[in-house]
Amino acid sequence: MASSTAACDTGPGPEAMASLSRHWAEAPTLRNWFATVDHKRIGRRYLVTAGVFFGLAGASAVALRTQLAGPEAGILSAWEYNQLFTMHGTAMIFLFSTPMLFGFGNFLVPLMIGARDMAFPRLNAFGYWVFLFAGLFMWASVPAGAAPDGGWFAYVPLTDERNSPGLHLDVYTLGLLFLGVSTTAGAINFIVTALKLRAPGMSLNRVPIFVWAVVATSFMVLFALPVLNLDNVLLFLDRRFDTRFFDPGRGGNVLLWQHLFWIFGHPDVYIIVMPALGIVSAVLPVFCRRGIVGYPLIVFSIVAIAIISFGVWVHHMFATGLPQLSYGFFSAASTIITIPSGLQIFAWLATMLTGRIVVRVPFLFVVGFLVTFVVGGVTGVMFALTAFDQQITDTYFVVAHFHYVLFGGAVFPILAGLYYWLPKLTGRMAGERLGRWAFGLVFVGMNLTFLPMHVSGLLGMPRRVYTYPGGLGWDPWNLLATVGAYVLAVGLLLVVAGVIHALRRGEPAPDDPWGGDSLEWATSSPPKPYNFPVIPRVHSLHPVWDPRTAESTGLGADGDRILAEGRGTLLTSELDGRYERAVRMPQETLKPLVAALGLLIVFLGLLLAGYWVAAAGAALVVVTLGAWLWPPRQTPEEADPAVGGGAV
Amino acid sequence: MTPDGIRTAFGPAGLTTEEPVGRSTAWWGVTLFVATEGTVFAALLGSYFYLRFQHGAPWPPDGIARPELLLPLIMTAVLVPSSLPVVWAESGIRRGRRWQLRAGLLATLAMGGTFLGLQGVEYHGLLREFTVTTNVYGSLFYVITTFHGAHVTVGLLMVCWLLAASLHDGSGARRREQVRVVAYYWHFVDAVWVAVLFTVYLSPRL
Repeated sequence: MASSTAACDTGPGPEAMASLSRHWAEAPTLRNWFATVDHKRIGRRYLVTAGVFFGLAGASAVALRTQLAGPEAGILSAWEYNQLFTMHGTAMIFLFSTPMLFGFGNFLVPLMIGARDMAFPRLNAFGYWVFLFAGLFMWASVPAGAAPDGGWFAYVPLTDERNSPGLHLDVYTLGLLFLGVSTTAGAINFIVTALKLRAPGMSLNRVPIFVWAVVATSFMVLFALPVLNLDNVLLFLDRRFDTRFFDPGRGGNVLLWQHLFWIFGHPDVYIIVMPALGIVSAVLPVFCRRGIVGYPLIVFSIVAIAIISFGVWVHHMFATGLPQLSYGFFSAASTIITIPSGLQIFAWLATMLTGRIVVRVPFLFVVGFLVTFVVGGVTGVMFALTAFDQQITDTYFVVAHFHYVLFGGAVFPILAGLYYWLPKLTGRMAGERLGRWAFGLVFVGMNLTFLPMHVSGLLGMPRRVYTYPGGLGWDPWNLLATVGAYVLAVGLLLVVAGVIHALRRGEPAPDDPWGGDSLEWATSSPPKPYNFPVIPRVHSLHPVWDPRTAESTGLGADGDRILAEGRGTLLTSELDGRYERAVRMPQETLKPLVAALGLLIVFLGLLLAGYWVAAAGAALVVVTLGAWLWPPRQTPEEADPAVGGGAV
Repeated sequence: MTPDGIRTAFGPAGLTTEEPVGRSTAWWGVTLFVATEGTVFAALLGSYFYLRFQHGAPWPPDGIARPELLLPLIMTAVLVPSSLPVVWAESGIRRGRRWQLRAGLLATLAMGGTFLGLQGVEYHGLLREFTVTTNVYGSLFYVITTFHGAHVTVGLLMVCWLLAASLHDGSGARRREQVRVVAYYWHFVDAVWVAVLFTVYLSPRL
């Protein structure tokens, strides 16, 4: 790309570059805004949409904390409180954490592995639209006064038809089923992309840890999410069509809900945290100016956690009267899973210890993560002990614990990633001073909010109460937590202000502002629609720090990695990343949007008991999918998915 | 041929564009999709046994007779062999014989359709004895079998789509890929039926 006079076989010449731009650029029309299949645009949309849902769920939390600031407050009624705390939890788990990290994955995975898009770009667009519609579907229930009100894990029998009449829980079951379509599609897309679209030479031992984390997460999604989906189907059938799965009077069993929920639910904790840990492994070494310590051990931990996480679910059910033997088994499994988690922590500490630390805003958020996540981890080990668990189950101690894990383990890394990749996402640098203020307020606010909850929990304050009597020793801790919540909110608003400021008047970002080691830093900020003019040939785990990889994209790059004729990218072998063949990528299309709208009609029809409407929506989905996959008339040469041999 | 053309023809892309090599993205996609679908069935059938053993004897409860085996075994005899014409159709399209693809798919369509018809016959008889709201056994029986029937329906829609496409054009690599995807899904639907047969029809007799 450096030379403009190069002949066609020595790096992309001006003709090849023009051809790449012509084939990949999406004309800036309104239609293309809806029809785009560019993973970078879709990834940014995921981030923004998930950020908006985070804001809504965060505002709900501020309302809850205001209500709980003092005893016997009357700002929210019990009815409103139940809906808000349920939407807070449900949205943070399902509509913020996973989609936010999928947004990072969407934007970064193809860039990090040196590909030009995801393996299934149209499915990717479909996944985004489904996520958006499912999120709106659920949030629209709040102004309608029909929001879910059974807590984010919606235990039966509290949530059956008799105890929870109305649409509240139907919004919950259908909304999560709707969203599940998006998450499953995204997970399949990530795995196939990471297995097949890596740049030549990127064997499995050269895959960035963030990509490993996204792939492991996706495998967990594929095997955990179906169980939640089944659970929600059964509850919906019980509520709407009087089946008897959870009805003890007719032979059903309420504990089935909890088993199925937590078989999904505990892996889901890692589904949320794992990609965030991947962000830490991507950000931290860059600010320690060295490669990450113990790459194979970290990859091993990721895979081990992904597997063991399916064997610990009963520790959420230690107070339900299951056989003692099962407690013993699940207690042991829950203790064992701390070992791979600890391995990662020590690998990061060793990276810092042996590196030369450069303190910038992303690094600060990583440090915030390390401190809070370890606190959450310590209280987590306490829950693995059945006797202790039974004492504090359903108290604020639990609330404190999982906020340290999820805020510490997911939000801090997400913010670190936001500041770290903002130059790549937007082409602008975020201001350092504002970022430091934001970090300070978020860190102080977060600890001020959640540390006192340990105490009020140990003093016996149950979770999910909309108010409490004074004089039980809980008052000061609750007031502190509320003050903390406001500080935290200000800190997060400063983050938003920083992003907006960067977009408006931030300095233009260089291609590689931090001196990073993975391939996203080898291309422009923000990247061109085709990501890389030449798909690199990867020679090490740190391709950008490795001169041979850098050379592979400059003079002498062979046309097989330029693919200037049409939208093309490379398939390589799953394990070794050997060159297999070029494939043609699809053009922008409206069909994913139409299919997602069809699904929206299905779910609205089911919710409002218009089953013929739902059937019509299903027909729309089927017809759209049929047309989507319909082979256009092509000559046999075109039908063979081969792109010409490069810039000829 | 120009030197450039020769170099292109003998470059990696030139040598490998004849036949797709390695596992394709579509292969991985459908394999992972079947894996996650299989997990739904595993959880559903697992729930059957959980509810059954938490319920205890007698199973089926409330005086419902144990399921008749004749009709389900006939259904098995219709559905499970329906994978064979798919295999035959797939090998046909690999050799470029479109008539073989069509004949194989039509046979599958007929067998799958017969299966669904027989399921309707079975429901017609059983609904007089118990329904989905009678008790947990009724809920499990109808939800599991209907859920599987819905998968057969989706599989048949895919087969119809392939038939329509095969009347339309070509037999290139893309078409072979699509046939393979549908074939995988159909084999999955067949294999799951065996698990359903064991759980719903045979296990109450054990």
